[in-house]
Amino acid sequence: MKIRLLAGLLALGLATACGGATVESAPSATPAEGSASASAPTGTVKIAINPWVGYEASANVVAYLLKNELGYTVELPEIKEQLAWEGFETGDVDVIIENWGHPDLKKQFIEEKKTAVEAGSTGNKGVIGWYIPKWMADEHPDITDWKNLNKYADLFKTSESGGKGQLLFGDPSYVSNEAALIKNLKLNFKIVTGGSEAALIKGAQQAQAQKKPLLFYFWDPHWLFSKTELVRVKLPEWTEGCDADPKKVACDYPEMDLDKIVSTRFAQSGGKAYELVKNFSWTNEDQNAVADDMTNGGMTGEEAAKKWVEANPAKWQAWIPQ
Amino acid sequence: MRVSPDSAAIGVEGLWKIFGPKAAKVLACDDRFLEPAALREKTGCTAAVRDVSFDVRPGEVFVVMGLSGSGKSTLVRCLTRLVEPTAGRVVIGGEDVGAATPARLRELRRHHVSMVFQHFGLLPHRRVIDNVAYGLEVQGRPRAERHARAAEILSLVGLDGHADAFPDQLSGGMQQRVGLARALAVDPQVMLFDEPFSALDPLIRRDMQAEVIRLHREVGKTMVFITHDLSEALKLGERIAIMRAGSIVQLGTPEELVGAPADDYVADFVRDVPRSHVLSLRWISRPPEPGEPLDGPELPASTVIKDAIAAASESSRPIRVVDGDELVGVVDRVDLLTFLSGQDTGDTVTAA
Amino acid sequence: MSSTAVSTPSGLRVPGWLAPAGVAVLFAAAYLVFRGTGTLPHDSEAPQFAAVTELREWIDDHRNDNPVFLYFLNYVRLFVGGVYGLFHGALTALGWPGLIGVMGALAWLAGGWRIALPAVAGFCSFGVLGLWESSVETLALVAAAVLLSLAIGVPLGIWAGLSRRAHRAVTPVLDVMQIMPTFAYLAPLALFFHIGAPAGTIATMIYAIPPAIRITALAVQQVSPTAVEASASLGATRAQTLVKVHLPLARSTMALAVNQTIMMALSMVVIANLINAPGLGSDIILGLSRAQVGIMLPAGVAIVVMAMVLDRMTVSVARRGPHSRIGRAGLAGAGALAAAGVTLGLVLPHEWPEALTVDLVAEINDAVLWAETSWYGVTTFIKDTTSYLLLNPLESLFTTAPWWLVAAAVLLAAWRVSGVRPALTALGCLLAIALLGTWEHAMRTMTTVAVAVSVTLVIGLLLGVAAARSARWSAVQRPVLDAAQTMPAFVYLLPALALFGTTRFTAIFASIVYAVPPVVRLVEEGIRNVPGTVVEAAASAGSTPGQLLWKVQLPMARRAILLAANQGIVMTLAMVVVGGLVGAGALGYDVVLGFSQRTDFGMGFIAGVATVLLGVMLDRITQGADRRPSPHQRKVT
Repeated sequence: MKIRLLAGLLALGLATACGGATVESAPSATPAEGSASASAPTGTVKIAINPWVGYEASANVVAYLLKNELGYTVELPEIKEQLAWEGFETGDVDVIIENWGHPDLKKQFIEEKKTAVEAGSTGNKGVIGWYIPKWMADEHPDITDWKNLNKYADLFKTSESGGKGQLLFGDPSYVSNEAALIKNLKLNFKIVTGGSEAALIKGAQQAQAQKKPLLFYFWDPHWLFSKTELVRVKLPEWTEGCDADPKKVACDYPEMDLDKIVSTRFAQSGGKAYELVKNFSWTNEDQNAVADDMTNGGMTGEEAAKKWVEANPAKWQAWIPQ
Repeated sequence: MRVSPDSAAIGVEGLWKIFGPKAAKVLACDDRFLEPAALREKTGCTAAVRDVSFDVRPGEVFVVMGLSGSGKSTLVRCLTRLVEPTAGRVVIGGEDVGAATPARLRELRRHHVSMVFQHFGLLPHRRVIDNVAYGLEVQGRPRAERHARAAEILSLVGLDGHADAFPDQLSGGMQQRVGLARALAVDPQVMLFDEPFSALDPLIRRDMQAEVIRLHREVGKTMVFITHDLSEALKLGERIAIMRAGSIVQLGTPEELVGAPADDYVADFVRDVPRSHVLSLRWISRPPEPGEPLDGPELPASTVIKDAIAAASESSRPIRVVDGDELVGVVDRVDLLTFLSGQDTGDTVTAA
Repeated sequence: MSSTAVSTPSGLRVPGWLAPAGVAVLFAAAYLVFRGTGTLPHDSEAPQFAAVTELREWIDDHRNDNPVFLYFLNYVRLFVGGVYGLFHGALTALGWPGLIGVMGALAWLAGGWRIALPAVAGFCSFGVLGLWESSVETLALVAAAVLLSLAIGVPLGIWAGLSRRAHRAVTPVLDVMQIMPTFAYLAPLALFFHIGAPAGTIATMIYAIPPAIRITALAVQQVSPTAVEASASLGATRAQTLVKVHLPLARSTMALAVNQTIMMALSMVVIANLINAPGLGSDIILGLSRAQVGIMLPAGVAIVVMAMVLDRMTVSVARRGPHSRIGRAGLAGAGALAAAGVTLGLVLPHEWPEALTVDLVAEINDAVLWAETSWYGVTTFIKDTTSYLLLNPLESLFTTAPWWLVAAAVLLAAWRVSGVRPALTALGCLLAIALLGTWEHAMRTMTTVAVAVSVTLVIGLLLGVAAARSARWSAVQRPVLDAAQTMPAFVYLLPALALFGTTRFTAIFASIVYAVPPVVRLVEEGIRNVPGTVVEAAASAGSTPGQLLWKVQLPMARRAILLAANQGIVMTLAMVVVGGLVGAGALGYDVVLGFSQRTDFGMGFIAGVATVLLGVMLDRITQGADRRPSPHQRKVT
C-alpha cells in the first residue's frame, strides 16, 4: 500500500517537472509551501532567527505585529546568517530582519542570483569591536591601543589558548575578521571560540565580577553595555575599502547601517506583510529594551515583544500598511 | 542381482561431489584419488562423494550408512540436486535429473521425490496442518483441497487432533511425524530420509522406525534412508550401502554385510552385531553327510539362525534347509552350537 | 595454558618488554631531536580548501542548470521532501488527540496495554513540554527516513543474506559508513541536496541504513537452513521460499533491524538540524548556541521519550513468538483507542492546549546557574587540571612532532596490533590527512580522542569487571546502560555543557558518557563468556578471585576487550567531532565553521573528509582484535 503511494508520488513528481527539477520548484521544503499559502495575503511568513538576542528582539516584535495586527502565521526557523541567505532560494526563509553588512552575499544573492532584495534599514546602527572590562583599562591605560596588546598578552592566557593571549569569540557564524586581524597585525593572540553570544556575555560578566582579564569580540547595540562597563580596544582606524579583501584586513570594523533582506518572492507577493517588514525601523534603545527583557527579565520573545508593543503604540502604528 | 537402470526407481552412476573453489579442476586430474586430508592440504577442496554408483529398485528400502563426514548426507542431497553434483549421472523414474531444467527439477521435487530431514525443518510460524500442506501449497493447490489431503495424512501418521497446534508445542517425535506427513502429503514415488531419527530419544526412535516399516508396508514407497546407526540400517534396509570417505565400500543385504564383510572397515563395523539375528540358515547349512538322517524338521533357507534354535531343540535330527522344494543342505545342533559359540569373537567372520 | 609448552631457544632469550621499550626510547629520542621540524601547521587558506569552496560556488551557481542536478539530484531532493511532507501532513492532520490515539493503538498492537500506556503518556509529554509541533516534525522526519532506509536497506539486506557474494561486496562499504562520524556527511549533503528537510532526511538515512542492511542480512542468514532446504526439496521456487520461509522466520530479527534503524535515525535528526532539518533538533541547537540548558533539556527529554516509546514498541514486536496472534481484546482496545483519538482530533483544536503545558525553561536555567556557580571551583579544577596535565602536553607532542615520526608510530602500532594490511590502510589515511592540509587539526582532534578513550576504557573496564563478578551489581547497572544506549548521542552534550561550559573538556566529558555503556557491556560479556569449566578448573586449583581475574578471565576476554577499545574509539571520535559545537575545536569546529561561513566551506568539507579518514585510521589500528588470532594461537601453530 505504502509502496504504491510512494510510486504514485514519484510519478507525480516526474510528471509535474518533466523539464528537470530546480530547487525553487521543490514544493517540499515545508508543508506550508506545499499548501501554496506562502504567497497568499494571509499566509505564512518565515523570519530567520540568527543567534543573537538583539536580532531576536527585532524578529519577535515584527512577528508579533504580523500575527496580531495583520493575521499572518509566522514561523521563526533557527538559521544562521549565511545559511539564511540560501534559504531565500529554497523557500525556507522569507525575511532576514537584521543584516550586518555582508557585501559578498549581497553581490551573490541580490545582484547575481536575484533571489533576494534589500528592504531598507532597521534604524539600528551596528558596530563590532574588541572589548575589555573597564577595570583593565583603569589599571593599564595604554592597553586600549592595539599596539600594546602584545605587551599584555600574558594577562589573557588561559588553558585553552596554548601559551598565547586569548581572544574570546562568539558563534562561529558571526561576521568575523579576527583571524586576519591577528595575523596581519602580528598579535600574539589565539582565537578561542565560545560558540555563542551567551558564552561572550558570561565571560564578560565573570571578567567584571571576578576581575579576570578578558579580551573579547562584541557588538553594539547590546543590552550588556547598560549592565557592564566595557571599553573598546582601538584597532587601526577603518577607512573605505580597507576590508575589501577578507584576507588582508588590518583595520577595525566600520559602523554599519543594519538592514533588512527579504526573498524576491516575498517582496513581490508578500503583500502587507512585506510592507510591514519594509516599514519596520526602530532605535538601538528600543532593541536593547526588548533584548534585556528577553535575557534578564525572564520573558519569552513573544512576551517581551508584547510589552514593547503595548508601551510604544505610536512607533509601530506607523509601520502598519494602510 | 543387478537391476537394469531402466526398471530402477533411482539409478546413480559415477557420482562425484567436490566442495571447494577448484572442484572441476580437481576432478579433471589425478588429485581426485588423493586421501581426504591430502586433498584438502593440496587444493583446499573436500571430496564428499567419490565415484558412487548404485540402483534402487522400485518399492525397496535402500539404506545408506556411514559415520559422520562419510558423505552420506551430501549423497542424498545430490539425488534431487539440493546439492549440485560435480559429476555423474542420476536417473529417477527414468528421467535424467542432471539434465533437468530448473522448472522440470521443481516438478520432480513437487511430485516424485520428497524428503524428511534430521532437524525436521518445520516452519514454526505455521500450524501443523499448514506445515503438512506446504508441499501442496507451493504446487498451487487450492486451500480446501490441500487441507483435506493434509488431514488425511495426519491421521495416517497418527497425529489426529494436532492439526491446529504449532510445531513448538509438539514433542520431538511428533514433530518428525509432521515432517513425515509433509513428505507423504505430495504422494511421491520416492522418499528420502536424511537421518530422520538421530535427534530423537532411543525409545521414540524405535517407535518411529516401526512407523516407517508400517508405512512402507501400507503405502509401498521407494525409500532411501540415510543413517549412522547400524542397527537401524539392519532393521529397515533391504539393501545397505556402507560409505566411507565418500565412497561406497560395500553394498549388499544385511546378511551379506554381516556374513561377508568386504574389508576390515566393514568387518569392524559389524563386529558387534549378533550374527544369529541377521544371518540365515543358508550361511551355515552344509551338504548332508552320508548316512545322515534327512527326516528332521524342514525350514526355509532364509530363516534367521536364532529362529532355528527352537526347531533344533525340539528335534535331535538335523534341520533340513530348503529353498522352495529344493534341499539346500542341513544344519544340526552341533553346527548351531559351533556357530553360536564363535559368533562373538569375529574370527569366524574373517575365516569365512 | 598451552603456550607455556612452547619454549624459545635459550640462546635468544630476551625479556619480552625489551623490544617495545627499545622502540619507545628510539621514538622519544627522534622526537627530541627533530621536534618542531617537519610539522604541518594549519593554514585556513590552504589551496585545497579554496578549491572546494570554489566548487561549492560553482555548484551553487549551476544547481538549476546542470543536468546532474536538474535530472537526478533535484529529483531525489524533491522525492524525499515529498515523502517527508506526506508524513508531516498526515501526522499534523491527525491533530494531537488523533496522533496520540493512533500511536497508542499501534503500541497496543505491538505489545498490549503495557506498552500502549507509556506510549500515550510519552506522546502527551511532548505537548506538556510545549514541544508538540517540533516533536511531530521530528517524528515525521524519522518516519520518512526510516521508511526510505528500510525500502533500500531491507532488499539489500535480504540480498546480502542470501548471496555470499553480495554480502562480501556490501560489508566493507557498511564498515566505512558505520565508522564515519555523523558530522562528516553534512557538508557534502548540503552541497548536493541543499538545506532543509530533504537534506536532513537523506543525512539521517545515510546514518540509519547500515544497521538496516546488516541486521536484515543477519536475520536472513539465521533462518534455519533445514527449513529452507525442506522448502526447496518440496519444489518451492526461490520466490516462494523467500516469501513463505525466509521472511516469516526472519521476522523477529528484522523487527530488531527496524528498531535499530529508528534509534539511529533519532540520534541523527538532531545533528541534521545543522543543515536546517526541522524538529526537536532545532531546540537543542538553539540551546547550544545560547548556552541555555533550559531550552535544550525539554527537547532532549522529548527525544529520549520518543526513543524509548519507539524502542519499546519495536522490541516487543521482536520478542513476540513466531506464531503469536493479537487477541481480540487487543484489537478491540487498540481500535477503540485509535477511534477515540481520531474523533477527538476532529472535535478539539489542532494545537495542544496551552493550559496543559509546563514551561520549565527559567527554572532549569536557574538550576544550572546554581550548579555552575556552586560547583565552579570543582569543575574548573577538573577542567584545568586535565587541560594542563594531559591535553596540552599531549597536544603539543602530537603537533610539534615531525609528521613522518607520527606516521611511523602509527604504522608500527597498527602493524603490531592488527597486522600488515590494516597498518598500510592506516598509514594511507594519515598521509591523506596530511595532503588535505588538515594535519594539525587532525592531531588536535586525535589528542582529545586519546584522552577521552583512555578514561572511557578505564571506567569501562572497572564497571565491566564489577558487573561480570557481581550479579547484583550487573542487575543494578543493566537498566541504566539500556537507557543510556537508547539516548541519542546529542543529549549527552547537555550535562557536559552545564558543568563545563564550552571547552575541549566538555566534548571529552560528553564522549566518555556516550562511549562508556557499550564498553562496559562488551567487557562484561567478554568476561562472562569465559567458559565455566575453565573458571571452575582454575578455582579448583586454588586461585584467589584476583588471580582468577588476572590470569584467566581478563586474558581470555582479550578479544572482547580489544573490541570494546575499538568501539570506544569510534564512538568517542564521533562525539568529539560533534563536540566542535561546544568548544572542542579542531576538526569538529572546522566542520561547524564550514556550515556557518561560506568562505570556510572548503575547510569544513575537507575537515569532514579528514574526520572520516581519522576514523578509518583509528579503527584499523585497533580492529585487529576482531580478526587476528591471538598471539598465543600464533605461537602454538
